[in-house]
Amino acid sequence: MARAVTTRRKAFNTLLAWSIGLLIFFPILWTILTSFKTEAQAISDPPLFLFFDWTLENYAVVQERSDYTRFLWNSIIIAGGSTVLGILIAVPAAWSMAFVPSKRTKDILLWMLSTKMLPAVGVLYPIYILFIELGLLDTRLGLTIVLMLINLPIIVWMLYTYFKEIPGEILEAARMDGAGLKEEILFILTPMAIPGIASTFLLNIILAWNEAFWTLNLTAAKAAPLTAFIASYSSPEGLFYAKLSAAATMAIAPILILGWFSQKQLVRGLTFGAVK
Amino acid sequence: MFIKNALCATTALVMLPVAAAHAETLTIATVNNGDMIRMQGLTEDFTAKTGHTVEWVTLEENVLRQRVTQDIATKGGQFDIMTIGMYETPIWGKQGWLVSLDDLPESYDTQDILPAMRGGLSVDGTLYAAPFYGESSMIMYRTDLMEQAGLEMPDAPTWDFVADAAAKMTDQDNEIYGVCLRGKAGWGENMAFITTVANSFGARWFDENWTPQLDSDEWKEAVNFYNDLLTNYGPPGASTNGFNENLALFQQGKCGMWIDATVAASFVTNPEDSTVADKVGFALAPNKDGVSKRANWLWAWALAIPAGTQKEAAAKQFIEWATSKDYLSLVAEKEGWANVPPGSRTSLYENPEYAKVPFAKMTLDSINAADPNNPTVEPVPYVGIQYVAIPEWAGIGTSAGQEFSAMVAGQQTPEQALEKAQTLVTEEMEAAGY
Repeated sequence: MARAVTTRRKAFNTLLAWSIGLLIFFPILWTILTSFKTEAQAISDPPLFLFFDWTLENYAVVQERSDYTRFLWNSIIIAGGSTVLGILIAVPAAWSMAFVPSKRTKDILLWMLSTKMLPAVGVLYPIYILFIELGLLDTRLGLTIVLMLINLPIIVWMLYTYFKEIPGEILEAARMDGAGLKEEILFILTPMAIPGIASTFLLNIILAWNEAFWTLNLTAAKAAPLTAFIASYSSPEGLFYAKLSAAATMAIAPILILGWFSQKQLVRGLTFGAVK
Repeated sequence: MFIKNALCATTALVMLPVAAAHAETLTIATVNNGDMIRMQGLTEDFTAKTGHTVEWVTLEENVLRQRVTQDIATKGGQFDIMTIGMYETPIWGKQGWLVSLDDLPESYDTQDILPAMRGGLSVDGTLYAAPFYGESSMIMYRTDLMEQAGLEMPDAPTWDFVADAAAKMTDQDNEIYGVCLRGKAGWGENMAFITTVANSFGARWFDENWTPQLDSDEWKEAVNFYNDLLTNYGPPGASTNGFNENLALFQQGKCGMWIDATVAASFVTNPEDSTVADKVGFALAPNKDGVSKRANWLWAWALAIPAGTQKEAAAKQFIEWATSKDYLSLVAEKEGWANVPPGSRTSLYENPEYAKVPFAKMTLDSINAADPNNPTVEPVPYVGIQYVAIPEWAGIGTSAGQEFSAMVAGQQTPEQALEKAQTLVTEEMEAAGY
């Protein structure tokens, strides 16, 4: 029998959940609010919360000064492209590790994850020089490949965890019915793992969208995504916090909206397999 | 008829801007400072004159520095022009990473560039970057609070006067702090300021044999003075305040005095952003009574061309345009004299219109009082006033800066901070082979 939850306890839990949620969301909320202030209001002390003269001036200035759509388009292509490419490579890899494990599968998985422990700056120069040689500097293709590679271990790990939840007998039954490897992965495994693939996809879009080391270091004018757009509004000598906030809000808005609409899938995917 | 047509055609061809025949797209890396933003808005004038177009890559200062170093060292060729500072220019020029700007046409009038700027941006007499705007540091103070304190700020005050004024202006109950100074760790943040204080107490970073001198009595006196001044009369949390944080405090009327970059003068006197715009006075950065050097630095944001660019000719045309006398007039015409990039040309300060700008004279006096080739009382083997123009400086300056920031935060005494800084600088310099 489920444990009875008292009303008081429920109210407490709700309050706690909302408080934690608000605490985490507060910096984003503050950024959004600041984007509607004037520069003088943005630094006012005590800080102004809701009661100030709301203005859209910062958005107008940012829009006029930067080509937002070009940065946005680059972000969509780089984040989307790297995630799709990563999943295409990771599905067969995760399949083999989940269903045809060898003696070394665990080691390979750990080794893949260990590449994430290397500080990115450690390989900056080799990759930069490779990019010069291959003519990939400041190209969307180059960034798509790099972001795919750095997120690949996470994609493989996530898919591997989801695939492990799928009973191998179902795949065996398909094989008995004459399904080849291709049919097995495409028509049996993939549809069953759709929630897992969807959440992997979403999480990686977010990771790639927010990636700010490689996207700043390997781009200049042409392939720069929204991370570079935000960075261009930071100033060492001058208070442009309101404009910086407007740029930041414009940069995170698309991913925030995507996250909002897909939160069900995200949560389901992330807690998939947590309760057995 | 044929001859006439041919002549017309030839004339028309000659009349076309030479560059338009091979119009280039220049990629320029820069920072998001007010003067640079204005330049981006005026680029159409350059395109109309030369036919070349410009793509801007605006980056955060530290990212820009890392990004252009990486590109220039690996010959990545991502940028045709880069915005660099007075610290990098001599180092990179010596390495052969930058294109010499000695062949700019006579009409550009290189001799008109302020001598201090020209000196700081040259190696062995060769100019490697053209100053877009230059700055020194000076005291900005509240005239009303100074009057209330019953004091009058001299044009060239001493540190004793500043400490006295800070004590009298401080009114912590009303959140007014006598002095706002940089405390945030970083070679370009607190170390820029602390190094100038050290200079004005007669200290130096290294002796002629590159032996670190942070254990000297002059350093002890300077750092103790800075620490006492800031912790007694500065705002709370001063150990995390940099240029922007102090600017915000000053604009809200919370600082009696602020010693920082001359470029701040145009911000604090702008009534749109500053609540104290009409109550600001200026004075030279202080010195210890009897010491010949003052605590004012010298810095330039300059435009340079990386060696190996395919578009050298067009890049030179851009630099010629952006750092010319005509550009200054263009900004004055569109945005007013107060918004003209300061500190680059002598002729600007001879212009009677510009002389009406309240901070013009003090900016020029501060720049002229700075000599990067001769920054300290005792001789030194390095160039640079608020920095030491060697590649190791960014590392040692930042590490030492963390020690002094921890000192302002109350985590250690000035003696402890100096001892640690002396040890780490000695180790770093030995490892670098000095």
